[in-house]
Parts: sequence; structure tokens; C-alpha cells
Amino acid sequence: MMTLELVCARFQGLAPEELRGWVAAGYVRADAEGEALVFQEIDVARIGLILDLRETLALEEEPLALVLSLLDQIYALRRRLGEG
Amino acid sequence: MAEDPYKVLGVARDATPEAIKKAYRKLARQNHPDLNPGKPEAEARFKAASSAHDLLSDPDRRARFDRGEIDAEGQEMPPPRPAGGWRRHADAASGGRYDPNVDLGDFGDVFADLFARQRAAESAPRPGRDMAYQLRVPFLSAVLGATEQLVLPDGRQLSVRIPPGVVSGQSLRLRGQGGPGRNGGPPGNAVIELEVADHPLYRREGFDLHLDLPVTLREAVLGGPVTVPAPTGPLRVTLPAGSDTGRVVRLRGKGVAAEGNRAAGDLLLTLRVMVGKPDAALEAFLRDWKPEHPQNPREAMGEATP
Repeated sequence: MMTLELVCARFQGLAPEELRGWVAAGYVRADAEGEALVFQEIDVARIGLILDLRETLALEEEPLALVLSLLDQIYALRRRLGEG
Repeated sequence: MAEDPYKVLGVARDATPEAIKKAYRKLARQNHPDLNPGKPEAEARFKAASSAHDLLSDPDRRARFDRGEIDAEGQEMPPPRPAGGWRRHADAASGGRYDPNVDLGDFGDVFADLFARQRAAESAPRPGRDMAYQLRVPFLSAVLGATEQLVLPDGRQLSVRIPPGVVSGQSLRLRGQGGPGRNGGPPGNAVIELEVADHPLYRREGFDLHLDLPVTLREAVLGGPVTVPAPTGPLRVTLPAGSDTGRVVRLRGKGVAAEGNRAAGDLLLTLRVMVGKPDAALEAFLRDWKPEHPQNPREAMGEATP
């Protein structure tokens, strides 16, 4: 589990305000621990994915939400196929 | 984080070492703190130019900076993030944390999930924003530590504990005192930027304080006890005999108060001999006075040579 500050320290150019926005928009999940937000390893990897999409692939906010949604559907299907 | 050293010096990225040195010298001349007393912005520019020059004048470090291996402060940059970290998590069973909000059997609308998410996000807990405030701190509060009151724009009052040793530009963070959260989310933090006021008597250098202490001719020649206005209150100090103007007396632990593992700073007195108003007896004495060890205080200046 990592706090919001630690996560922001790990990724260069990620502002706490921005990450909170992603949590609020549902792109990234976080758990509440008392008054603070904490992130699991998978959430941190998710943030890495979003940064890649935004910086390396130059995706704007709106297409980003669409791409994340489609990726999640693909991976959910892959997991289902893997089980079968 | 420090600024781009090329920008600080105002040179192109392919500037020659000579051009870099020239740009640095010019900035150093304009902003040297000793040539600009009482101008902290000049000192800041001087420091920035020095550290930029330090980095760029070393061919090895300059090359590493140009390749992005170190930042403008000379710190190692983290290695680039390998792509594909998400896939490992998403393909594992734990990837269910990011399951779509719709039934996957229904292939009628691949966009249904997007809209379901947007609806869900609107009612999701949303943490409050961080709020930035500024607080002017009296000099002695920054030296000794204190609790200051900050009145927020909405009329609320916050008690802010100022630890001893804070400097202008430093920020304190008060958890949960920022904007309110929505839908049960946690409130944001108050981030308070401090501005430490100057003091008419003391000057701070790191955790040490400097004080110019006027002394009479008698105190300078004979030494003895004087009362010094220390930050914590009047302090009796015994001066050594034969103290010239400029002599520095160090009072250990009487500077910026200790905090955590950091020891207290010192109070450094710089003596200033005050001759005072004309005094007939003193003049008469000096006229007849034959010094035991005659000396020329300007000897080192080479006064004798024409």
C-alpha cells in the first residue's frame, strides 16, 4: 500500500491534484485509510499505464477514458478466456 | 527543483565552455551577495548561477545532464519506466479490481461501460482540494518556535505550530484543513507557505544569529560584563579585555532553538567600539599618553609606500 504522496514521488511530473482527479473520475481505484488515500500495487501499475497513454501516446483526457474502458473490457475477456 | 542550468545562465545548449564561463562571470559580477547587501534576490540569483556553472563547467556532468541521466541539481534521475507493467497485473486474477461496470456477455454496446463509469464516478468519493495559504511569521517565532494564528478567507482560524528554524518559502502542511471532500471523500490539506519577517537587530545565517553589539571604549579596553539582548531575553556576557571593533564573540546554543535531532544554533556578537561624545578628560589623557606598544593599524595597507 502506498500513500498518494509516495505515488506522486515515484512518477515524475504527476501532481497530487491530478491523481486525485483520476481517482474521482474512476480511472484509478484507491482505498481510504482514515483520512488518506492509499494505493495497491495494481493501482500504481494503472497509474503507469495512464501516464504512458498520455505522454508516450499523447492521448487527451476524453479518448483516455474511452481507451481505458476498452482496455478493461479486453483484459476482463482475456481473464475469462484464461480461466476456460 | 532547480531550473534548467542553460536557462539560468542564458546560454544555448551547445554553448562553448568559454561562453558558459563568460555568462557565469557576468551574472556573478551583477549578483554577488557581497556586492549587493540587503538584496536577497541577488543572492538567490548568484546561488542559482553558481550551481548552474558547477554543473555545466564539468564536461562529464554536463554530458550526463544533456543525456537526462541527472537533473539540474545533479541528482540521479530514475531509470525510464518499462512499458507493459499494467498487463502483468491485468492478466492476473487480481485484475478484477478494474472489471468493467457492464455484463461482458452483452456485446451490443462496447461503450456502455464508459457511460456507466461516468455515472459511477459522479457519486464516487472525491477527496477535497489542497488549499494554499500564506502566513507571515515574526522573526523571533521562526527562531524560537511558536504557534501562530492563521485566519482563513472563510473566517475560520487555524493554529499553526511553527517549528524553530523555518525559513521564508518553506511550507507547512496541515492535514484535513483544505477543501471539503465530496460523497464521503477525505478533505484536502492546507498548505501554508511561510514568509519570515526581518528583525531590526538580528541577522540569520542558517541556524546562527548575528548581532552587532556596540561597546564603550572602557568595555573594549578593560573587558568585563555587559548585558546582551538575546532572543530569549537579556543575557550577561563577560567580554575579554582588549577587544577591537569587529571581534566576534560566540555564544553557543543561543541562536535558533533546537528542533528534533538538530542542535541549537549560536548567537555571534560582532563588537563595535563606540567612542562617544567628546570628553575633555579622555582627550587630555590621550594627548599625554605614550603607548606601551606603538603600532600603525594601517600597516597592512602599505601606507608607507607613496
